[in-house]
Amino acid sequence: MSEKKLRQIAFYGKGGIGKSTTSQNTLAALADLGQKILIVGCDPKADSTRLILHAKAQDTILSLAAEAGSVEDLELEDVMKIGYKDIRCVESGGPEPGVGCAGRGVITSINFLEEEGAYDGADYVSYDVLGDVVCGGFAMPIRENKAQEIYIVMSGEMMAMYAANNIAKGILKYANSGGVRLGGLVCNERQTDKELELAESLAAKLNTTLIHFVPRDNVVQHAELRRMTVLEYAPESKQADEYRQLATKIHANAGKGTIPTPITMDELEEMLMEHGIMQKVDESIVGKTAAELAAEAAAA
Amino acid sequence: MSQNTSNVLDHFNLFREPEYTELFENKRKNFEFAHPDQKIAEIRDWTKTWEYREKNFGREALTVNPAKACQPLGAVFAAIGFESTMPFVHGSQGCVAYYRSHFSRHFKEPTSCVSSSMTEDAAVFGGLNNMIDGLANTYAMYKPKMIAVSTTCMAEVIGDDLNGFISTAREKGSVPADFDVPYAHTPAFVGSHVTGYDNALKGIVSHFWEGKERTPNEKINFIGGFDGYTVGNLREIKRIFALMGVDATILADNSDVLDTPADGEFRMYDGGTTLEDAKLALNAKATISMQQYCTEKTLAYIAGTGQETVALNHPVGVAATDKFLMEVSRVTGKAIPTELEKERGRLVDAIADSSAHIHGKKFALYGDPDLMLGLAAFLMELGAEPTHILSTNGGKEWEEQVKALLASSPFGKDCHVYAGKDLWHMRSLLFTEPVDFLIGNTYGKYLERDTGTPLIRIGFPIFDRHHKHRYPVWGYQGSMNALVTILDKIFDEMDKNTNIPSKTDYSFDIIR
Repeated sequence: MSEKKLRQIAFYGKGGIGKSTTSQNTLAALADLGQKILIVGCDPKADSTRLILHAKAQDTILSLAAEAGSVEDLELEDVMKIGYKDIRCVESGGPEPGVGCAGRGVITSINFLEEEGAYDGADYVSYDVLGDVVCGGFAMPIRENKAQEIYIVMSGEMMAMYAANNIAKGILKYANSGGVRLGGLVCNERQTDKELELAESLAAKLNTTLIHFVPRDNVVQHAELRRMTVLEYAPESKQADEYRQLATKIHANAGKGTIPTPITMDELEEMLMEHGIMQKVDESIVGKTAAELAAEAAAA
Repeated sequence: MSQNTSNVLDHFNLFREPEYTELFENKRKNFEFAHPDQKIAEIRDWTKTWEYREKNFGREALTVNPAKACQPLGAVFAAIGFESTMPFVHGSQGCVAYYRSHFSRHFKEPTSCVSSSMTEDAAVFGGLNNMIDGLANTYAMYKPKMIAVSTTCMAEVIGDDLNGFISTAREKGSVPADFDVPYAHTPAFVGSHVTGYDNALKGIVSHFWEGKERTPNEKINFIGGFDGYTVGNLREIKRIFALMGVDATILADNSDVLDTPADGEFRMYDGGTTLEDAKLALNAKATISMQQYCTEKTLAYIAGTGQETVALNHPVGVAATDKFLMEVSRVTGKAIPTELEKERGRLVDAIADSSAHIHGKKFALYGDPDLMLGLAAFLMELGAEPTHILSTNGGKEWEEQVKALLASSPFGKDCHVYAGKDLWHMRSLLFTEPVDFLIGNTYGKYLERDTGTPLIRIGFPIFDRHHKHRYPVWGYQGSMNALVTILDKIFDEMDKNTNIPSKTDYSFDIIR
């Protein structure tokens, strides 16, 4: 193992927010900077490495283990694939929706990788974790001695911010007993109203920073159709440059993470109202039908 | 009813009284809807064939009678080997009842162990509160010097974070800030009790050693591993070390707590490796493990601190004990005393005396990976022929190691090795390729009954014979016990086979 300290980071965020796209583009940019990277996909749909590997979906540790009989029967080379700029990729995998326990799969996979020495020689290990902190298994990457910095991918949409706040709660739980910190928010532009302003405001409330605002650009979709990162597909594009900036910021962000201060649902709603995204709700009309309201109006 | 106070019938005779035999018969006829005897006999005969054996070995999604237990059992076994240590299993209560009863049935001794008593709400919300309350209660009620935490399936499936939970519990005042709470994740659905022993011991050792500076000294550490003979074996090892003048720390020394005297005082804790010794064990020059597969991770961790590590495979017999003693002698620089040389000579003498009866006998054996290696080597040394060696918790590496061992002796040439197979596989083996004797634990008595292969009880658990755990099987004297156990059965069988008057009793001899 090299003397250089291994940096373990994780990308969390609401499902469909562009977490895997953002993480893979950023990691590709880090690889361009000469960093040796290992990606551990912790999403049962196993799409955390497809842009790096140009593959549909990688064979996952759990599916290979199920075939072989048990995880003990696997070798590291069975599960690890090498992609763009020698980025090492593994997917933990998990069950079909509705059965089994995906969280346990994450635990099994990470234990396997550690025991097999998968982390040796890497500068970065990046975990790409499903949606929300839903159970102990999905919190595995933020336990002691795992990821030290968490980057939350979000947007200006209400539910994305709600999820980001929830993830901050999860981090807080582990931050007191361990070394995990919130590295920052990454806003993936959805072109909602006052998106940048909101993201910055949420970051401030969570005691962190908006590390980068990634503008929307169709080149991302073009690259994705080719199962490539923008960095590889269109290295000269403006979007590639955005990811490069994000990568550079993350690279410079070592040790600068904070203990988050998650807010309540009420505070979150207040924040949206402050920015005029949400109207103050008139409590007197809640739960009244149109007919009732008309009757009330007539009576008044 | 036939039972009355003037003539109390025991369970052997009571259920043979007419009212009971009639009752059983009616039950079978009216409620059990059993197949006709002829059909049952037909199927039973079919299960003895090669055809059935092939189907049996083609089995993929079913295990029948695995010869292994689960990780937390091994974790508890290791934990009780430390001074005033309470094993604390984070999970549901039923699991802990199993570990306790399993040990009590084998060692005929109570085994203290607590549970964090997780129920349905803990499964949903996580077991943090159970950890906080559980540690506080354990500390207050049982006044241990250390609480060693392991886990059951439930806590592992929901992914409870022991490290985080224990530090939170500490912050909340469940136990004092400097109180020792080592921990190990021991999911029961991974590995077996030997894995759990390894994980727990590594958890305890690393708890004491992590971040500490090592100042090497001349002592050595000794690890027995998960062992049904732990009481006799560890005492024998201490005797041997005393004879050699070896200054050793026995890690996880549970020989006293599993054998407390009946003198009117209940000892929840007794003996064990002191916590001070466990801390100082970091400074030892070397660690010797008697069971490689019980200590894979522990030894790797210990080697990482700069100590030399030596791993053996449950040594039984002359050559294996020679190797053990020579390794101890090499590492410590202490000579092997004449007293032990004499013991060796006595064992060789005993083997020679009985050789005629054991030579060429075929054995099937099953059990933990290291025990199988130790016994197979011993059997070949005796001139016996191991024929089937099966270990449910043995893996590919173990299989290769056994094959290499078998290849080293002409007595091993007809032997096959079965890693990951169960006792239903063994049943097929015994029917299709019969042997003279079967070596295994108490569960082997069903195989003995089914297949008629006499069972020699060596292994864990042994529930239906008492006090075997008090007699060592390590060292030359221990090997003598193993030899006698095997011989006793051979002679019993010989008598059984020659006891019909004026028919077979021409060989019903007084002298064997």
